[in-house]
Amino acid sequence: MTDLTKLTIAQARDAMRKGDTTSAEITDACLSAIEGAGALGAFVHHTPEIAADQAKAADARIRAGDAPAMCGIPLGIKDLFCTKGVPSQAASGILEGFRPEYESTVTTQLFDAGAVMLGKLNMDEFAMGSSNETSVYGNAVNPWRRGNEDTALTPGGSSGGSASAVAADLCLAATGTDTGGSIRQPAAFVGITGLKPTYGRVSRWGIVAFASSLDQAGPMTKDVRDSAIMLQAMCGHDPMDSTSADLAVPDFEAALTGDIKGKTIGIPKEYRMDGMPEEIEKLWADGTAMLKDAGAKIVDITLPHTKYALPAYYVIAPAEASSNLARYDGVRFGHRAKLAQGDGITEMYEKTRAEGFGPEVQRRVMIGTYVLSAGFYDAYYNRARKVRALIKRDFDQVFADGVDAILTPATPSAAFGLGENMDPIQMYLNDVFTVTVNLAGLPGISVPAGLDSQGLPLGLQLIGRPWEEAELLNTAYALEQSAGFVAKPAKWW
Amino acid sequence: MSIDTETARRVAKLARIKVEDDQLPALASEFSAILGFIEQLNEVDVEGVEPMTSVTPQRLKRRDDVVTDGSQQEAVLKNAPDAREGFFAVPKVVE
Repeated sequence: MTDLTKLTIAQARDAMRKGDTTSAEITDACLSAIEGAGALGAFVHHTPEIAADQAKAADARIRAGDAPAMCGIPLGIKDLFCTKGVPSQAASGILEGFRPEYESTVTTQLFDAGAVMLGKLNMDEFAMGSSNETSVYGNAVNPWRRGNEDTALTPGGSSGGSASAVAADLCLAATGTDTGGSIRQPAAFVGITGLKPTYGRVSRWGIVAFASSLDQAGPMTKDVRDSAIMLQAMCGHDPMDSTSADLAVPDFEAALTGDIKGKTIGIPKEYRMDGMPEEIEKLWADGTAMLKDAGAKIVDITLPHTKYALPAYYVIAPAEASSNLARYDGVRFGHRAKLAQGDGITEMYEKTRAEGFGPEVQRRVMIGTYVLSAGFYDAYYNRARKVRALIKRDFDQVFADGVDAILTPATPSAAFGLGENMDPIQMYLNDVFTVTVNLAGLPGISVPAGLDSQGLPLGLQLIGRPWEEAELLNTAYALEQSAGFVAKPAKWW
Repeated sequence: MSIDTETARRVAKLARIKVEDDQLPALASEFSAILGFIEQLNEVDVEGVEPMTSVTPQRLKRRDDVVTDGSQQEAVLKNAPDAREGFFAVPKVVE
């Protein structure tokens, strides 16, 4: 075993079970890699003591011979997940000092399965952003660079720290969350696999809420098999989340046969955007050809309301955020502003929220407040919810016509430079291919499929039928095998 | 729709976020740009469409109406910026 940090979950599991290595060894290797990777800004809270204890316990379980697949696997945890006694700030100043008294369902399940927490990962503040530039901790940086340039590139967002950490082999895998593309866009920007499950598949309990009808947690991993293994441990019914689905969880890894003969793959014409870079167009065509060669039937489909997904999202998500973020009032947790003589409760709220929230969060909370305010509720919020129903209906129709999965590009471009994309609406366009999936509650996966002319990774997205993550993962597995993406960023950090 | 500084001020007030007067014009113009983007939704024919309330067709689950938790005063107050004698402390609310 030369470099333990480069192992996939599956490789590490098998090696630990054979006795070739231990969780303690892999965990140490990851902790050393994290020590040396400060320039990536990926890990923002380090938990080496917790990691050492968990690794030791995991090794005992593995020796006893009844360890689950995730046992002993060192992970990074997005800062959005509440982890008991460990800072959980959602990358926001308003949660400074907050140490939850409870553990999120997802991290509870992962830890029960024996997984090891190395620390908390950078992200956009409250998961609002597509470049990790809204974080109170500062930027996370993409381990990839353009050719021989040293321009710092974004790892995407909001799960930018998760993406950077997995791509740079600081951890074997990471948790992410996805409200409009926050797992899939960063995964594509760094050449890893990211899965957003069906809405309701993974419990939201203990995950700091952004837009509750869209938020869903998922795995960010080095390959498709690892996503299957990690999703298995993350999902399942949770009485603590009223939208958690009470459905049986299939064996996702067992579904990975690579056989997609006879499956029908839809290619939606509306995703062919004006001004789409030729390289993205070519990647998409190549991916289509790969699935066809693997025996799938390719059909052209139409999702007519695609164009309206982003504007609908930028009503619904801010509306829900304005409501969810009302809890940050300086009373129960986190930051409270210093008050002047004579300031009352209203001044306390207003000053606390002005100091604690960054500009993008303030903007979205206020847009949400506006679209929900008397006189505008019907014109904006209700209209957006009707358009959302139409977007979902588009997908329902396509699936009813026999389509098993839909292939699209994951992002409209490769990773861009930090600071290059400062206009809010331009930034929102990053999620143009991913946001429809959240609005329709569907599972979607981003798979690395090639490099652009500057040597940056590009991803393809597969969208599946609700609750059919197993089948989706298998299609992604077939695509992964054909694409044969093995490139890694050259270490500069 | 164009948002004026008075509307921006009112929205900031409703959202309980303090915005200084000299920041209001910039805020208003950002709102106008974002709302302009959102107004594409007016092109869509939504006649007879019900607004989505739940993305999955499941009924919300109900739990039994019983006490399952409690007696955690210390844990509840642990992260409070100002807690005294078992309570959250805030500036005077009533005159």
